Amino acid sequence: MTPPLDTVQAGESPYALSHPDALESEAVHIFREVAGEFDNPVLLFSGGKDSIVMLHLALKAFTPAPVPFALLHVDTGHNFPEVLEYRDRVVAAHGLRLHVAHVQDYIDRGVLKERPDGTRNPLQTRPLTDTIQQQRFDAVFGGGRRDEEKARAKERVFSLRDEFSQWDPRRQRPELWQLYNGRHLPREHVRVFPLSNWTELDVWQYIAREHIDLPAIYFAHEREVFARNHMWLTAGAWGGPKDSERAEKRRVRYRTVGDMSCTGAVDSDADTIDKVITEIAASRLTERGATRADDKLSEAAMEDRKREGYF
Amino acid sequence: MSVLSDTAADTLRFATAGSVDDGKSTLVGRLLHDSKSVLADQLEAVAHASRNRGQAAPDLALLTDGLRAEREQGITIDVAYRYFATPRRRFILADTPGHVQYTRNMVTGASTAELTIILVDARNGVVEQTRRHTAIAALLRVPHIVLAVNKMDLVGYEEAAFAAIAEEYTAYVKELGGPEVTVIPISALAGDNVVDTSAHMDWYGGPTVLEHLETVPVDHHLAPCAARLPVQYVIRPQSPAHPDYRGYAGRIAEGTFRTGQQVRVLPSGRTTTITAIERLGRPVETARALQSVTVLLKDDLDVSRGDLIVPAADAPATTREVTATVCHVADQPLGVGHRVLLKHGTRTVKALVTDIPSRLTLEDLSPYPHPGRLLANDIGQVRLRTAEPLPLDTYAHSRRTGSFILIDPADGTTLTAGMVGESFAGPDPATDRAKDEEWDF
Repeated sequence: MTPPLDTVQAGESPYALSHPDALESEAVHIFREVAGEFDNPVLLFSGGKDSIVMLHLALKAFTPAPVPFALLHVDTGHNFPEVLEYRDRVVAAHGLRLHVAHVQDYIDRGVLKERPDGTRNPLQTRPLTDTIQQQRFDAVFGGGRRDEEKARAKERVFSLRDEFSQWDPRRQRPELWQLYNGRHLPREHVRVFPLSNWTELDVWQYIAREHIDLPAIYFAHEREVFARNHMWLTAGAWGGPKDSERAEKRRVRYRTVGDMSCTGAVDSDADTIDKVITEIAASRLTERGATRADDKLSEAAMEDRKREGYF
Repeated sequence: MSVLSDTAADTLRFATAGSVDDGKSTLVGRLLHDSKSVLADQLEAVAHASRNRGQAAPDLALLTDGLRAEREQGITIDVAYRYFATPRRRFILADTPGHVQYTRNMVTGASTAELTIILVDARNGVVEQTRRHTAIAALLRVPHIVLAVNKMDLVGYEEAAFAAIAEEYTAYVKELGGPEVTVIPISALAGDNVVDTSAHMDWYGGPTVLEHLETVPVDHHLAPCAARLPVQYVIRPQSPAHPDYRGYAGRIAEGTFRTGQQVRVLPSGRTTTITAIERLGRPVETARALQSVTVLLKDDLDVSRGDLIVPAADAPATTREVTATVCHVADQPLGVGHRVLLKHGTRTVKALVTDIPSRLTLEDLSPYPHPGRLLANDIGQVRLRTAEPLPLDTYAHSRRTGSFILIDPADGTTLTAGMVGESFAGPDPATDRAKDEEWDF
């Protein structure tokens, strides 16, 4: 019998930070690096939980000074009213600057065409990249997490985009230690992901710890929904239900917040943060698998959209 | 997903490495699958994609090979980060590529890892890429190495095949001055000794891969370094509520700071006292390594991004002459006479490559003297002169204040990963001079 060549014993460092403290400290470090090295950063803000946590971290990173960059929201025209109301409320409360790029403007001008499936999520890329170029943003914070999706798992914390905002996974810079390299040529920009190492559960546990306010649609409530592609979509003027689909009242909540046309609700009784955390920990479905139609389009749907400049 | 207690001691950051086709992605898939860290929709997607390809069983490598080109070629191109947990510990896994062309991505994964799993194919044993990855892991002072001898099913689960590889590899790491090694015989495809103990290898009495990952101590194995705070950003609200507030924000790289402490600001060298420390808005008495903080100083010194705050009594020397061991990670070569940018902590300065004394030959670990330049994936020793003085610790004392990157000033490419100091590996050059000189290539 060959003996093991090493013996190990459990031990722990007395200097270790708690898990949420370590994640928080790392994200704050990333925010400050960008503020220190870039001329014109912007934070993508959708009113979803990840961007809300990002804003909370940015407020803490620079306190007692204000957040030294603006917010950018790409409005698909199919947003949940509760989320828009939330967005405007936090912008006013913290004296933030907000840029809004409207997908509807592009459709009205004939630049973008409505898709046959009614999904507007892929249409966000053009208004997003146009705004980045027009406003000369050189760093764009996104709430993407590597646990969300297998193409996101390949993403660096600092991700260089060319003048067409494209992501080329083969040309990613090595990211060594905590030494982030933000050098870029004029018209290139860097996408920055402070929540890279967070999981969905980490985000919820942090929201609970910090008592962060969220839009009500994250918690179980009665809602008029209809079934499409095995998901519960919110009925509304955006395009549903069709004649073959039937609306019904159900008790649901949302795990992600995006465009109404492609973000599904899940059946749930979780009406508090603690109940949500229990529900997620027991779930056998990923956040995106449960509720995002756009990622089901093909095996590489997310990668393909990221290459084009999607966040 | 399990809900764990929230101590970071429960988190292990580890990386995988090994040559192409040694089965890294399959191992990672097996680890995730057998530890029940894969959710139903992810499994369904893998099963669906495998069926489309005409494969009989779900191909677990598809769980991690997330890029179109990776699935087309069946190889891993870039680092994928995975997050999973068992009731005993939380894991951040950097699944890194084996192909020589993408060695820089293996360096990326290893730079923050506390453990590296290196795979070999039991039929082929130790090959050049095994040596390269092992040298990089040792150089980056990854505290623990696991050699997973994979595809044991293809050598009849024979103990002799395993023992020969284990012996050769252990000798190589010892020669390298690398850390302790745990060698485990596995079959990632069949699931032997990954999560569950193999029924085919009763001659092996050690842990499975997962058991080892769950119990290995998380520590840094470096000599202790004095307190260091690289200044990231100066917070000046200039508001009616805070007309005179001037806070120096940063993440403490090493050690502990406390209010009332006498500190020195480098490179200027001026001393002052910490009047307050704030942890993201909350005043605290002391703060320690890896916490992001803001400190306020008694005197109105000129302090800006790139400066380093250290204890007045325990400051590193500042120097414009840097000697370092490096991994070259870019396609364009690094040559004597090249002008580069050097990023250390929060400071980026101009630098000139004055000498490349040696390059490491991986086969026999011998130094190749004065190669003139380093090419992609080379490991070597480099001397640099910087435009401004830098406060440097050796990498043997701090992975954070002893590391730097070189950047191409023309296009921003990250060229080289640098580790300050002459030593190659081993615990502490100061107390281990003899070994250092031996491996001073």
